[in-house]
Amino acid sequence: MFELSFIWAGIIAFAVLTYVILDGFDLGVGILFPLAETEREKATMMNSIAPIWDGNETWLVLGGGGLFAVFPLAYAVIMPALYMPIILMLLALIFRGVAFEYRWRTERWKPVWDRAFFGGSIVAAFMQGIALGALVQGIDVADRAYAGGWWDWLSLFSILTGCAVVVGYALLGAAWLVMKTEGPLQRQMEGYARWLAMGTLGFIGIVSLLTPFQDPVYFERWFNMPGLALSVAMPGAVLAAAWALFSGLKAHKDAQPFLAALTLFGLCFIGIGISFYPHIVPPGLTIADAAAPDESLRFALVGTVVLVPMILAYTAYAYWVFRGKVDPDEGYH
Amino acid sequence: MFDSFTAEILARVQFAFTVSFHIIFPAFSIGLASYLAVLNALWLRTKDETYLTLFNYWKKIFAVAFGMGVVSGIVMSYQFGTNWSVFSDRTGPVLGPLMAYEVLSAFFLEAGFLGIMLFGRARVGDRLHMLATAMVAFGTLMSATWILSVNSWMQTPAGYGINEAGQFVPEDWWQIVFNPSFPYRLTHMVLAAYLTTALVVGGVGGLHLLRNRQDRPARRMFSMAMWMLICVAPLQIFAGDAHGLNTLEHQPVKVMAMEGHYHSYPDGAPLILFGIPNAKEKRVDYAIEVPYLSSLILKHKWDAPLDGLDTVPDADEPPVAIVFWSFRIMVGIGFAILGLGAWGLWRRFRGRLFDDRLLHRAAIVMGPMGFVAVLAGWITTEVGRQPYTVYGLLRTSDSLAPVAAPAVAASLLAFIVVYFFVFGAGTFYLLRMMNAPPKAPIPGIKEGPLRTVSMSPVAQTNADETPVNRETRDV
Repeated sequence: MFELSFIWAGIIAFAVLTYVILDGFDLGVGILFPLAETEREKATMMNSIAPIWDGNETWLVLGGGGLFAVFPLAYAVIMPALYMPIILMLLALIFRGVAFEYRWRTERWKPVWDRAFFGGSIVAAFMQGIALGALVQGIDVADRAYAGGWWDWLSLFSILTGCAVVVGYALLGAAWLVMKTEGPLQRQMEGYARWLAMGTLGFIGIVSLLTPFQDPVYFERWFNMPGLALSVAMPGAVLAAAWALFSGLKAHKDAQPFLAALTLFGLCFIGIGISFYPHIVPPGLTIADAAAPDESLRFALVGTVVLVPMILAYTAYAYWVFRGKVDPDEGYH
Repeated sequence: MFDSFTAEILARVQFAFTVSFHIIFPAFSIGLASYLAVLNALWLRTKDETYLTLFNYWKKIFAVAFGMGVVSGIVMSYQFGTNWSVFSDRTGPVLGPLMAYEVLSAFFLEAGFLGIMLFGRARVGDRLHMLATAMVAFGTLMSATWILSVNSWMQTPAGYGINEAGQFVPEDWWQIVFNPSFPYRLTHMVLAAYLTTALVVGGVGGLHLLRNRQDRPARRMFSMAMWMLICVAPLQIFAGDAHGLNTLEHQPVKVMAMEGHYHSYPDGAPLILFGIPNAKEKRVDYAIEVPYLSSLILKHKWDAPLDGLDTVPDADEPPVAIVFWSFRIMVGIGFAILGLGAWGLWRRFRGRLFDDRLLHRAAIVMGPMGFVAVLAGWITTEVGRQPYTVYGLLRTSDSLAPVAAPAVAASLLAFIVVYFFVFGAGTFYLLRMMNAPPKAPIPGIKEGPLRTVSMSPVAQTNADETPVNRETRDV
């Protein structure tokens, strides 16, 4: 029988991964937005995600709310430690979120909201990457509270992970648009996806090489059993996903590049999980340390077990309703 | 700019600022989601295209307001941790699961079905589209339910224990969720959201009636709004009174501040209608009082004794002047809403509802007043809870995150600039959309590429409708 806290660590990890891949592609579309050449292409890009972005971003709220619910101590430590990147991410998400509606409500200020859409998307992605890097580097905890300063998150490593996430999200966005569009825009995105895939693979390589040196514990986890087996298997899996991505692009497949890019993200996420486990906030807090009492975990679990499958079902339905290529002439604006 | 302030004051101002901005949007979208569901149901049932016109009109306004609510809401879900981390650590085991339920049972529902409601009618057909519209409305109400349970627990904590780490831990979920002030607060807030929306709809209807009193959609929405006001305003006053009595039972100090009772009244307390609370001298200057009325309202007995703030240590008192004023603003607007509703009812029975230009003007003036009342009400209850975050148990000063003051000052400044810019622009677009009559194209768009209108047969018939020659059965 698993501990409740470990079940919950799995659920939170699932929520975060779901957020990363779902909002990842729609943030990526925002990052690529200025590269659209005509108003019609811009409309196509935005309309490809307009009906679903809000649902995608709800997973971010679940990540935050879920952490507050089941690992309140982790929530109470991570948020002040990452104060600046999180506030900047929230502000960036405001700009890009409102742009979905605002840009259709004005002709004169349309360029302003188009820039807000791009700027908000890229800053949000960059800050998420910085937050990840800072978390990997570790957070000082003393007496159930964050014990560091308000610039501790800033380092070369966290800037590197920030750039990695921007490029990775742009790859997801390009692959999504390959799937959802046709004609010149699709060709253009295939070209971008190729370059972005190379960039993403490069960043995965550098970050993977540097991570074991951020904390000796990571080194041990990767180079001892059972981590060692994965250390050997992981590069192979990444290469397989990369091959699927490039060959899909070459053969002009619609869905294959996107699915391959998602797989890449999933593999990276597993990698981070191996580095962290059993910690939730490296280097000091374990999953068990940070967990709320069993009574809280149990109560929240009941609803989660019932509601998350329903959420997945109607979310899948919403995607199904808006399946296929985007018709830029469709919309309600 | 904020050099002289402590991190605590800055964090409090930041929370107050961001939550005040945020509450405006849900207060509107809760009511508007329900209104849209009603409009869509009426359209499907009666096939009267006026309802469809109104649905499409308010749908676009809803989309903008809802978007602003979502993005300002995400900020809230992280700000507990960024600025109030000790509060988060202590209350997480109790409040966290309630918030998780809000996300799971409300936010996903709204977000999942919103796309179908806004964009999907032609794709899924009328029935599923109606279901999606109803689900969005249901989601907004579920969200209100959970978050008001959380807030109410902070006001009237119940069903908890305290563990060795100092955390509040759950002992009885039923008592936690249905804590003593929750049913009152939920009723009061949902009714407030409905009134707020009705006032906006009534104001927009009044505006278009002033321009063209034959405007059929304007007549319909004005009539619906006036019905809503006269039905809900009396209920709201009753619910507010019950909520006040509940507060007297569980948070008497808050009521003392609301009433401006610096002193105890052993022989029956007066109701202070107006006055200027003087914190230094601990009295209300220039008070206009009605003798014994406060005792009569609060205790239902004219000479019942009422304690004042002299029975409470200074360190446990909320700031009296803010609570005193915000309470009066809320109550004053509440009675003004009742007055508007009664006026509308009277003109309706005289058959002059669409001809009384003064009534239409009054409706426009009252259009934004629901927001003012909602904010004033929240200021009353939240400032009245001070100096605690969890009433009587956890002080605000002990809830703070260990973030340096300059960091909080920087983020506060950023929030102020960004919110005024972004939500100022959004409010401008909302007002411009409301300023356009329900049939005209949205101003500012000359070549927008997105037009379902030309593709959907439903919308086409809608476009053929002429408002002037079909106006027999309004009301």
